[in-house]
Amino acid sequence: MRQDSFLKDKLLPISTVVILLIAIWYVATVFLNAPFERDTAARAGTEIAFSDLLKNTMAQERPVLPAPHQVIAEIWDTTANKAITSKRSLVYHAWITLSATLFGFGIGAALGILLAVGIVHNRAMDRSLMPWVIASQTIPILAIAPMIIVVLNAIGIAGLLPKALISTYLSFFPVVVGMVKGLRSPETIQLDLMHTYNASPAQTFWKLRWPSSMPYLFTSLKVAVAISLVGAIVGELPTGAVAGLGARLLAGSYYGQTVQIWAALFMAAALAAVLVMIVGLAHSAVLKRMGARP
Amino acid sequence: MNYPAIAGALLFWLLAWAFNEWLVRQRFQSRTAASAARFAVPLLFGITILVLWEGIVRGFGIPSVLLPAPSMIWQRLLNSVPTLAADFRQTFLKSVLTGYALGCGLGFLVAILIDRSPFLQKGLLPLGNFVSALPVIGVAPIMVMWFGFDWQSKVAVVVIMTFFPMLVNTVSGLAAASHMERDLMRTYAASWWQTLVKLRLPAAWPFIFNALKINSTLALIGAIVAEFFGTPIVGMGFRISTEVGRMNVDMVWAEIAVAAVAGSVFYGVVALIERAVTFWHPSIRSGRA
Repeated sequence: MRQDSFLKDKLLPISTVVILLIAIWYVATVFLNAPFERDTAARAGTEIAFSDLLKNTMAQERPVLPAPHQVIAEIWDTTANKAITSKRSLVYHAWITLSATLFGFGIGAALGILLAVGIVHNRAMDRSLMPWVIASQTIPILAIAPMIIVVLNAIGIAGLLPKALISTYLSFFPVVVGMVKGLRSPETIQLDLMHTYNASPAQTFWKLRWPSSMPYLFTSLKVAVAISLVGAIVGELPTGAVAGLGARLLAGSYYGQTVQIWAALFMAAALAAVLVMIVGLAHSAVLKRMGARP
Repeated sequence: MNYPAIAGALLFWLLAWAFNEWLVRQRFQSRTAASAARFAVPLLFGITILVLWEGIVRGFGIPSVLLPAPSMIWQRLLNSVPTLAADFRQTFLKSVLTGYALGCGLGFLVAILIDRSPFLQKGLLPLGNFVSALPVIGVAPIMVMWFGFDWQSKVAVVVIMTFFPMLVNTVSGLAAASHMERDLMRTYAASWWQTLVKLRLPAAWPFIFNALKINSTLALIGAIVAEFFGTPIVGMGFRISTEVGRMNVDMVWAEIAVAAVAGSVFYGVVALIERAVTFWHPSIRSGRA
């Protein structure tokens, strides 16, 4: 097998596609925003030249589709030029969302691991719980999110916990499924070896099942952390648009601030990318400690 | 506080638990009895949860604004069938199914189109994986602005949400056929098209169905959440958000029950088709899904 080169197999194709997408974006900006410019020109009774049209579509106040540089300018303006504690700072909103995400992700991962251990060790739990764990995910929890928030608010639990609960519910599922698979991944021959050592169930668990489930755990954690961010964002929608990236999206859509929506969207994307990357780094670090070949 | 209700529910729970423990330890002679037992265990578990829920709500006198009892939700469901049916038609039949078919179809087509260009694959795959991890649901307000309040905007959201899982899974599925098998097709002088239809697509089915299953839940979520950002006065997401505001929690739960059943049936149908199409796959052949 030929060694993949970073430049030829990664950087070049990806950057080509990204540049292509940005180019499409600019073209789409012109097309989608042009009707508005033509309307204004027609109302003023003037004819608009194409060069002016091009320039204007890139710099509208409330464009149908903001140009990439407008979004980047907005992100720069709301992260670097505002104090972090200010309500207009995107960093402040991102932090609100991030804290709920991490809190929910933590509970969800712990719950998922516990459930998986129970399922692997108890047959009745396996048979009765597993179908419902799967069925629980066909319930569109995100649809229930507003109710959970409002109801918990009504009994006086507000702030971080309700949002975190939604993240928990979303993130426990991939962890359960992945961990059940992982804890069952040791082969019969290995389990038999532990048996010949007269190992107790606890020893078998800590020395064989737990280590061999690590790759599965981290793969599901990556999915879980991404999905708990989604949970936190949706959980912020019904709070009356107070704080957080979700509230930012909702406020933007109420007031037609498209640039603000796109900026929040990009911030959320960046957050998701960083979270998944951190889990990925932890993954490779743990595997390295366990002596896996790179 | 109503102690008999709590005690009854707890008693039922313990009995059902004991019965389940007994049931999973049984060896059955006939095959039908064994499969009946396999169905009975999770079913009993589900019923137990409903009984516990009912008992706790009645026993502790929890106000129905917080958590209505299952019987109350059922009553509400029966009383508002026309509303629920209208919501179901708007959200599920119009938005979800259209968006699901379009998104999955597009993802599949693009995967086939870029199949002959390794360069595009290398560029699109990491992006697709990246996008799958993003909170795509955030495009909902933009789509509502572009396509209006009605179901078209929800379809757009669902298409965007389902496109990338389908693309990524189809591309990796098309790469699943081994070198040996592909070499064999070459010795047969099979064209690219023949290899695709006779070898690589069948080998890709498990991956494609994986995406179809993931997408079946994603599509429902996408359509419902998109309705929070603006919708005509019908639809599951609309109903949920307005009834929450009016503190009609039992109506919300009825809507959730409909959504859950719709989602489960949707998933189940896809899983059944998967069983029929990929009957050769080890995970199905051995009799355990």
